[in-house]
Amino acid sequence: MSKKITMAHGAGGKFSADLIKEIILPAFDNEFLNELHDGAKLGNLAMTTDSYVVRPLFFRGGNIGKLSICGTVNDLAVTGAIPKYISVGAIIEEGFEFDDLKKIVNAMSAAANEAGVKIVTGDTKVVGKGQADGIFINTAGIGELISGVDISAKNVRAGMKILVSGTVGDHAATILSERHGLELPENIKSDCAPLNKMIFEMLKVEPKIAMLRDATRGGIAAVLNEIATAANVGIILEENKIPIREEVRGVCDILGFDALELANEGKIIAVVPAESAEKILAAMKNFEYGQNAAEIGEATEKFQGKVGIKTNIGGLRIVDMPVGELVPRIC
Amino acid sequence: MSLIEKINKLAEGKKNLRFMEVCGTHTVSIFRAGIRNILPPNVELVSGPGCPVCVTNDDFIDKAIAYSKISDVIIATFGDMLKVPGSHSNLAEESANGANVKIIYSPLDCLKIAAENPDKKIIFLAVGFETTAPTAAATILSAKNLGLTNLFFLSAQKLVPPALKMLLADSEVKVDGFLLPGHVAVVTGTKVFEFLKIPAVVAGFEAEEILLALINLLKQIDEGRAEVSNEYKSVVKVEGNTAAQKILYEVYEEVDADWRGLGTIPKSGLRVREEFANFDIEKILPLKIKNVKKNTACRCGEVLRGICKPTDCKLFGKACQPLHAVGSCMISVEGVCAAWFKYGGLKIE
Repeated sequence: MSKKITMAHGAGGKFSADLIKEIILPAFDNEFLNELHDGAKLGNLAMTTDSYVVRPLFFRGGNIGKLSICGTVNDLAVTGAIPKYISVGAIIEEGFEFDDLKKIVNAMSAAANEAGVKIVTGDTKVVGKGQADGIFINTAGIGELISGVDISAKNVRAGMKILVSGTVGDHAATILSERHGLELPENIKSDCAPLNKMIFEMLKVEPKIAMLRDATRGGIAAVLNEIATAANVGIILEENKIPIREEVRGVCDILGFDALELANEGKIIAVVPAESAEKILAAMKNFEYGQNAAEIGEATEKFQGKVGIKTNIGGLRIVDMPVGELVPRIC
Repeated sequence: MSLIEKINKLAEGKKNLRFMEVCGTHTVSIFRAGIRNILPPNVELVSGPGCPVCVTNDDFIDKAIAYSKISDVIIATFGDMLKVPGSHSNLAEESANGANVKIIYSPLDCLKIAAENPDKKIIFLAVGFETTAPTAAATILSAKNLGLTNLFFLSAQKLVPPALKMLLADSEVKVDGFLLPGHVAVVTGTKVFEFLKIPAVVAGFEAEEILLALINLLKQIDEGRAEVSNEYKSVVKVEGNTAAQKILYEVYEEVDADWRGLGTIPKSGLRVREEFANFDIEKILPLKIKNVKKNTACRCGEVLRGICKPTDCKLFGKACQPLHAVGSCMISVEGVCAAWFKYGGLKIE
């Protein structure tokens, strides 16, 4: 039977990784791509691209436009770069409302202003009714790498601390509840936000931060598994230190999800030298988007390539790489 | 003294003890909290037939698939059922090949689908234990009141107490106590479990609640008692939810039922009563399906009786994984094999 692309291949978990390994890397093999970071490092520049297909297009805390700017800004920032320029390509379905497009474009402009980036080139294509779902957006970005900073899995060492910039799962929980008609309290909304200013400050406080990742599809579970594999360390988390909103926990209980596997759009994972963990945390907490930042675990020599979690009652279990179609079209 | 210290102390000097949980939500909670890893070596937790999807037989899926091939039929089902293997296909494949399959979150969603599609026959795959059966029954009552004539049930609903009775009578199954399912007991109450004659405790679903229930089981063994105890008192009463029971038995009657891995268990299933036969698709549109005997090395049946561990099955983690499962225990999120596969990989050294 010939293999076909399934929704699982787009879910950011094991199947996405297999797709990249089997099809993408053999075709394009080069030293920039092979790093497999959120952005490529090119001399003193960083470059990244991402496509956005979220459904619904408008959700509490943002819309596809805001998402498309923040996502790309964050991908550049976690590469250790100052985001500068962004391109936008939009594929729009025939019949799309002008007013909706305006709202989306205005949200992009506001996010770009907040992040301090310029949208410098773009393209629009219109396809027939039914050939897209409202609007799909691709953005690409270029940033300047900060000198003296080297964000790479190879710098991760056992003993380093794992930080998260705030409550996990908010974005996916919001999208899921909107899709399933669950009523959430007002304060639960997508965390979609540009994090570049906070990240810049973190790197100013400690240029030797080893690893930064934007915890989008697959949530912190996927990102931590990727780091553990790439750096060949174990990662042990402490359940009671991971910030999760009660309401998000509730959504997870009802729909059978694990908050660690839920996508975020404004949360990063940082792997940092133990001695500077506290001052980096303090720097994060100075920003609106880092108020709930926390140290959640550490890299270990044991359990190489695996992620574990110490549970509240003292048990230990594995945090697996998410598989399959967890939440399709989340970003 | 912490709960774990209490468990250690109570277990000290005792023979090897095996406690069985018979609820998929317990199975997942136990794994997620890493409880197995911190129990003393002589206390073992085994999983029983606690996941309704897992105990659903091949021929139920075959029937559902046969109905899905009729052109004006919409199959309404919980998402978990999509990938459960029948003897030659599953509903996900049938859906990709054009069958009309809708995923719902409550049986009551069927009312809306039926009203919106008057020219279609909506068939709800009624699978579940006492927990969900009252909602299914309420759906039939509402459909009757609304005058809906295009909503039907294909039922494989099951009752937990008869399955426990069967397990106790099975000489291969060795258990010293049961963690009784909290959600089921909310409906049934604790009285229906009193026939057990081995230590049994209704437990909640938080890690601490499960530990409290284990302490209760160990204390009973320590003191030579064997009774049904309730550690989920906030929501479980002796008589259960009598209003829900009334609705349930207004619509359904008990009938012998086939369980995957356990065979036919007397009076362990629910059938729509004669007065509501208009809602029973097997009465309205009877279908004959071929009985196919499947030849696989899958040991779901033994796993569901707690006789073997998922890791004892040679398919586990190899031919059988969540995305290409051979047995139903690997498909449902609350399936025993799926939980072992997802959470079973780290041990404290």
